[in-house]
Amino acid sequence: MGFIKTIFSQPWLGDATATETVPGGNMGAGMRAPLKVKRTGLFIFMGVATALFGLFSIAYKMRMGMGGWTNLSDPAILWTNTYILVAGSIFMHLASRFSARGNMGAAKKAFIVGGLAGFAFLVGQYMAWQQLNAAGLYAQANPANAFFFVLTGLHGLHLLGGLYAWGLALFKTTSGAPAADTTASIKLCDYYWSYLLLLWLAMFAMLLST
Amino acid sequence: MSEHHDDEMHEPTSFLTKYIWSQDHKVIAVQYSLTAIAIGLVALVLSWLMRMQLGFPGELEFIDQAAYYQYATMHGMIMVIYLLTAIFLGGFGNYLIPLQVGARDMVFPFLNMLSYWVYLIAVLVLVASFFTPGGPTGAGWTLYPPQSILEGTPGYDWGIILMLTSLVIFIVAFTMGGLNYVTTVLQARARGMTLMRMPLTVWGIFIATFMGLLAFPALFVSGVMLLLDRVIGTSFFVPEIMSLGETLDYTGGSPLLFQHLFWFFGHPEVYIVALPAFGIISDILSVHARKNIFGYRMMVWALLAIGILSFIVWAHHMYVSGMDPAFGFFFATTTLIIAVPTAIKVYNWVLTLWNADIHLTVPMLYAISFVLTFVFGGLTGLFLGNVVVDVPLSDTYFVVAHFHMVMGVAPVMVVFGAIYHWYPKITGRMLHNGMGQFHFWVTFIGTYAIYFPMHYLGFVGVPRRYFSYEDLEFIPQSANDLNEFITVAALIVGVVQIQFLYNLGWSYFKGEKAPANPWKATSLEWQTPQTPPVHGNWGKTLPEVHRWAYDYSVPGAPDDFISQNTPRQPFEKLEEAGEIDPDPTPLYPDTRGHTTAEETS
Repeated sequence: MGFIKTIFSQPWLGDATATETVPGGNMGAGMRAPLKVKRTGLFIFMGVATALFGLFSIAYKMRMGMGGWTNLSDPAILWTNTYILVAGSIFMHLASRFSARGNMGAAKKAFIVGGLAGFAFLVGQYMAWQQLNAAGLYAQANPANAFFFVLTGLHGLHLLGGLYAWGLALFKTTSGAPAADTTASIKLCDYYWSYLLLLWLAMFAMLLST
Repeated sequence: MSEHHDDEMHEPTSFLTKYIWSQDHKVIAVQYSLTAIAIGLVALVLSWLMRMQLGFPGELEFIDQAAYYQYATMHGMIMVIYLLTAIFLGGFGNYLIPLQVGARDMVFPFLNMLSYWVYLIAVLVLVASFFTPGGPTGAGWTLYPPQSILEGTPGYDWGIILMLTSLVIFIVAFTMGGLNYVTTVLQARARGMTLMRMPLTVWGIFIATFMGLLAFPALFVSGVMLLLDRVIGTSFFVPEIMSLGETLDYTGGSPLLFQHLFWFFGHPEVYIVALPAFGIISDILSVHARKNIFGYRMMVWALLAIGILSFIVWAHHMYVSGMDPAFGFFFATTTLIIAVPTAIKVYNWVLTLWNADIHLTVPMLYAISFVLTFVFGGLTGLFLGNVVVDVPLSDTYFVVAHFHMVMGVAPVMVVFGAIYHWYPKITGRMLHNGMGQFHFWVTFIGTYAIYFPMHYLGFVGVPRRYFSYEDLEFIPQSANDLNEFITVAALIVGVVQIQFLYNLGWSYFKGEKAPANPWKATSLEWQTPQTPPVHGNWGKTLPEVHRWAYDYSVPGAPDDFISQNTPRQPFEKLEEAGEIDPDPTPLYPDTRGHTTAEETS
């Protein structure tokens, strides 16, 4: 338990009691943040997003118990979209594995497929929205519909943010940036794609179960 | 890597990149602070207008019921979110984190710059609501539906939409800043700066930022859902309702759900403001008392405990909301438990002052007044935390008094103390001491003149949120007299804040030149090679940390402080090797620096 050990250290005593290993690396002001710094930032952001979607889920459950709720029969296209997102996540992971082994050519291909799968997922979600609208299941018709639009919309926005980062990383793979830098960017996209997949699976499970 | 090459620093050269589109954390901190103070002044003027109506009803004819509620709403929201949250985290967090942990900047400087500009947009959207048809929202700062989005509430047309939009934008800005603050503390500390060697200021800001990152999503969720209820007519929060004789299209929404979400954010928000204040005050007390902070470890643990507990007390704001009364017992219990770590902090502040070499500088006066005010406001919190006491007091001025003491005056005392303390580092000039003393005493006595009588008003049952108390039989004449007195005090305290701003401006040009370390403090921000610190903060070599931030009045040391980047001294090395007794004389009753062998023999 590193953290427990840390907060029991006695800082007023000498150097010997400084138990924790300290980053010591130090950057900012024009230097590129190394992978581990970006990874920390990304993980904390995932924590924030988890809090956000967790609170929406609690609100969903609480609102269900109130009046005027009619369960939504989820559009079938959501299953297709889910498979696409799973595939995208797998390709992203492959890209990360390839680039870690130095096979940049294969990594780039898998990376492009992973990103395009993200776009395809967004298009699929938009089609699901259109199907609901065509069936008259507008957001204001029922709170279940409204939650559906809000949850899928916010998830889509998070994916759009990821695709922006993907675009920047893609630029790195083509512009001859240092390999370590590119590998780091691909690795971060891999983390984020896996996270968004898990998030989607959790949301989809909640929508299906009600 | 403590070496750093000049060509990597990318020092900005043009005016635009240096002061406007700056990625330097120090410039961003000043931008954040000035914006927060500017919008805070708007809220100050609004409070004057409200007090004029309460003290001298009818004197200012343009204040009608709608205007009064709009002032109250905007005053509350601006002070809590756009001033206090922004200045503690965006202002002091930005300035102090990299300097106190020995970093060159925040880890994501571009994101940091973006955070400020998005915050500015949030402020501008909020301000825009003053100029829309119908004016800003008058729903009360808690924005409870259904009334906040129904016709009849002031600002129903545009005000509420702009308010919710502004909040959502603010949360985006806060998240960008918050990711920076937390990641910088975790990943960019100088060599030797272990977590338990960080000044308590950084600990307070660090934990508060974590809390904000977890609590602001609740405001985001409730804000987005309320916005949808208002704009496209969903029924998240609004039940079936008749309004102005017409049945509306809403069905089955839950106003209570909004209150739960709002307070799940709202209570941690109190501590998001308080924890940075706790940290800053710990450091100011220690520096100006020339003594190490009492119980450093316990202070850190208390911050952590308060941070965790503050997430399970939210419903104590909802005792009169109609929620299941059985919840009340649980939330009353957790609320009283949070008094334990808070009391530990207060004891430790007092024990830091015990037998210390107290210098009554302006920052120190503010720090001591914070402890007093915080205890005062905290004690009335114990009253209100109990359901049976809260129910009769909940809608009275007792709550206004409690809230303003603990969350209004106390943190603002810290803001002032911190500005007087760090102004010399930020600008290279000292603030004018005479003006500072005057500002302190009028503010300190004045705020007590404002809020002390409000406790009495609460006890005699004067309801809060009323536009006017004229011709109400249950309001005694003494209450009306007190309201006049409070208004006069509020106007005076307000005017003195303008004198404070004058001091900020005057001292910037004409103030006495500040030495690098005017308070003889140990933490790293006072050890920069230049004052004010330049881009990159540390010149070529990063500082290396060898000790905690509280080595004041160490026996055997040549000065009464040893800065954090001073290597271990010969006498300390002998101590560590066990060759000399580190404490030759008993610690009690005097501090180490003061006891002599003759006195104890």
